[in-house]
Amino acid sequence: MQAALEDFFRALRAADVRVSPAEAIDAHRTVEVVGFADRELFRDALCATLAKSGEEVARFEAVFDTFFDRRSDAVTPAPPPGGTGGGPMEGLPPEARESELARMLLAGDGAALAQAMEAAAERAEVSRIRLSTQRARLTRRLLEEMGVSEIERILAAARRLGGPGEAAADRLEAARKALAAQASAYVERQHELYAAGSGKMLREEMLARKALNAEGGIDPVDLAMMQALVKRMAKRLADRYSRRRNVAWTGHLDVRRTLRKSMGYGGMPFDIVFKTKKVDKPSIVAICDVSKSVAAAAQFLLTFLYSLNEVVDRLDAFAFSGRLISVNKVLDDHPVETAILEVLKQIGFQQTDYGKALEDFADQHMDRIDRHTTVILLGDARTNYANPRLDILATIQQRSRAVIWLNPEPDSYWSQGDSVMNRYERFCHVAKTCNTLGQLERIIEDVLRTYIPH
Amino acid sequence: MTSSPDAAFDAALSPHLASVEALTSGLNGVGYIASRRIATALYMAVKLQKPILVEGTAGVGKTELALSTAALLGLPLIRMQCYEGLDESKALYEWKYGKQLLYTQILKDRMGEALSDAPSMDAAMDRLHGMGDLFFSEPFLEPRPLMKALQERAGCVLLIDEIDKSDEAFEAFLLEVLSAYQVSIPEIGVLKAETPPIVFLTSNNVRDLGDALKRRCLHLHIPLPDAALEQRIVASRVPGVEERLNRQLVGFVQSLRGLDLRKSPSISETVDWARALILLNAGALEGEVVRDTLNVLLKFEQDIAAVEPQIAELLRQPAG
Repeated sequence: MQAALEDFFRALRAADVRVSPAEAIDAHRTVEVVGFADRELFRDALCATLAKSGEEVARFEAVFDTFFDRRSDAVTPAPPPGGTGGGPMEGLPPEARESELARMLLAGDGAALAQAMEAAAERAEVSRIRLSTQRARLTRRLLEEMGVSEIERILAAARRLGGPGEAAADRLEAARKALAAQASAYVERQHELYAAGSGKMLREEMLARKALNAEGGIDPVDLAMMQALVKRMAKRLADRYSRRRNVAWTGHLDVRRTLRKSMGYGGMPFDIVFKTKKVDKPSIVAICDVSKSVAAAAQFLLTFLYSLNEVVDRLDAFAFSGRLISVNKVLDDHPVETAILEVLKQIGFQQTDYGKALEDFADQHMDRIDRHTTVILLGDARTNYANPRLDILATIQQRSRAVIWLNPEPDSYWSQGDSVMNRYERFCHVAKTCNTLGQLERIIEDVLRTYIPH
Repeated sequence: MTSSPDAAFDAALSPHLASVEALTSGLNGVGYIASRRIATALYMAVKLQKPILVEGTAGVGKTELALSTAALLGLPLIRMQCYEGLDESKALYEWKYGKQLLYTQILKDRMGEALSDAPSMDAAMDRLHGMGDLFFSEPFLEPRPLMKALQERAGCVLLIDEIDKSDEAFEAFLLEVLSAYQVSIPEIGVLKAETPPIVFLTSNNVRDLGDALKRRCLHLHIPLPDAALEQRIVASRVPGVEERLNRQLVGFVQSLRGLDLRKSPSISETVDWARALILLNAGALEGEVVRDTLNVLLKFEQDIAAVEPQIAELLRQPAG
């Protein structure tokens, strides 16, 4: 049973339920206490030891059902030999009597077949499956390990001989087909158990590197996964930085200031002052271009920033294509996923005009920026040859703590055609290419880090 | 692993902890209707001597589980409420500063006496070393909940309530207590529990707990119960409630949970509501009574406003 449990842990890990060696030991102790007889007790007890959150419980149950199910569903046996006459081997060539598999198939011994399949699966290392493309090959190997080539030889010989062996050969052939189907289903289940998770991980890695301004937009399936990914990234950052804030709260006694305060009480240190490191929460102004080429990136940036509410003090979001509007209200009323569509309904499909947008910002929202504010601008800086209003960006730079420009285009494209990125760049503290989720995560982490004292 | 639970500890608890079924019926006896999963988790926690982390929305019976376990096993319950800023001196131990001060006063007086006849400084120092050093010793230790729990000789139930409200630093500090049932006091050394307590930690998911803490605990998530279980809970908690009223009110609460509310009513609200209805002598649910007592079930003004116009409709549903 030890091996079976280890396999089960591996399946759990593949399904993103973290099982550490210590928990594995606990699970073994659990099994010692409860035994296997009561399936429900066995499951609940293992669940309490291994799954550590609501989602993990759900995943645990799914894996448990798939994993322990296969042990009970026996391989369907071949139809029992019809009619009368000698044994099931009647008329088959002599090799048939030596083949264990042929005997099991013809006798319809489901339990033995299932056992043989388990053993063969171990030899063929089916549980090492990683990719869906390995399924066909592993099915073949599994069947070979079970000795299916013998069956094929027997069948060929029986067909050659003809006569009374034909009927038995037909039965054997049918049984072999059923077996192949079973083997394929078995491998499929193994794939589901051990590889589905790693496949997902590979895919997420790929999505993190996927270009956000790809031609033809992002696949809706990918989009949902990327949204989830962004939220997880944000959560990771939030966890890390909220922790740092707490560290910075503790302090040592500030002797100088304590003595100074004690003067008022005749030298008694009545008020004690501690050296605290002051930690700002970032205050962020995000100004996003939502023209077609940048809309996707804008959506992810906003999702990211909105998921950071634990560590961000204040966030104001603005969007523009021709004119600039505040999208705080839209984001409050709609889930972030669909908010961008809503914004596009309001201001989309105008000619992009950076100068005008900056003017709008300066007229209505400039007072939002103070020396604690980090301004994040997202856009390709393609002005359609209009006045870029560099003076306004200069003012923003003077008033704010930092100006960060994220450009979805690689820097070799900057300042080609109608892009004025190189002119804007002079007024930015940081100007970076940001076209994948991975880059987005790194940049936002940089922003958060500047607010943490060292 | 061969480290079997301590024999004395097991025997003291035995009849109710023989099996999961015995535990379920035992909890039943003290008025806690436990689902099978809850009983299994508790059973494992005792058998493996691991703390149990209970999660679930407010009012679902997390704290009650610890109280009932203590009542069932006849063990004292030591409760520690967590909050932001809770630290070692409030959770574990503190020195009795006042007494320590008095002690130094006495020491000063006695010191002259004891050392006056020493022939030389060295001899005086030798004699000083010979005297017991009581300043940092157990008599001057003021135990706080965690330490009290470790000191209980016959074992106890330790309830660490709302662990998610405490800081990460405190969570890290708990690790030693939870995994080894011991505490390190720099001045004295390690104090180890003779009988490990049964530890419950509860969490409302205000923040995610660290992996290290989760790994040391068994995990139990208590969901909102289904109608049948909830009826049994109400019947056990509010003995005066009639079968028909019970069915009606649970049905009503269950349909409330299907609505989009800021805070869905949980078990404690259902029980409170049942009590309120009994007090008002309501034999059956009627629109009027429900409207008057809705504030027992729903704790937000918007929720009440949203539900009020639908009361008649909601009342018809469970019956039909």
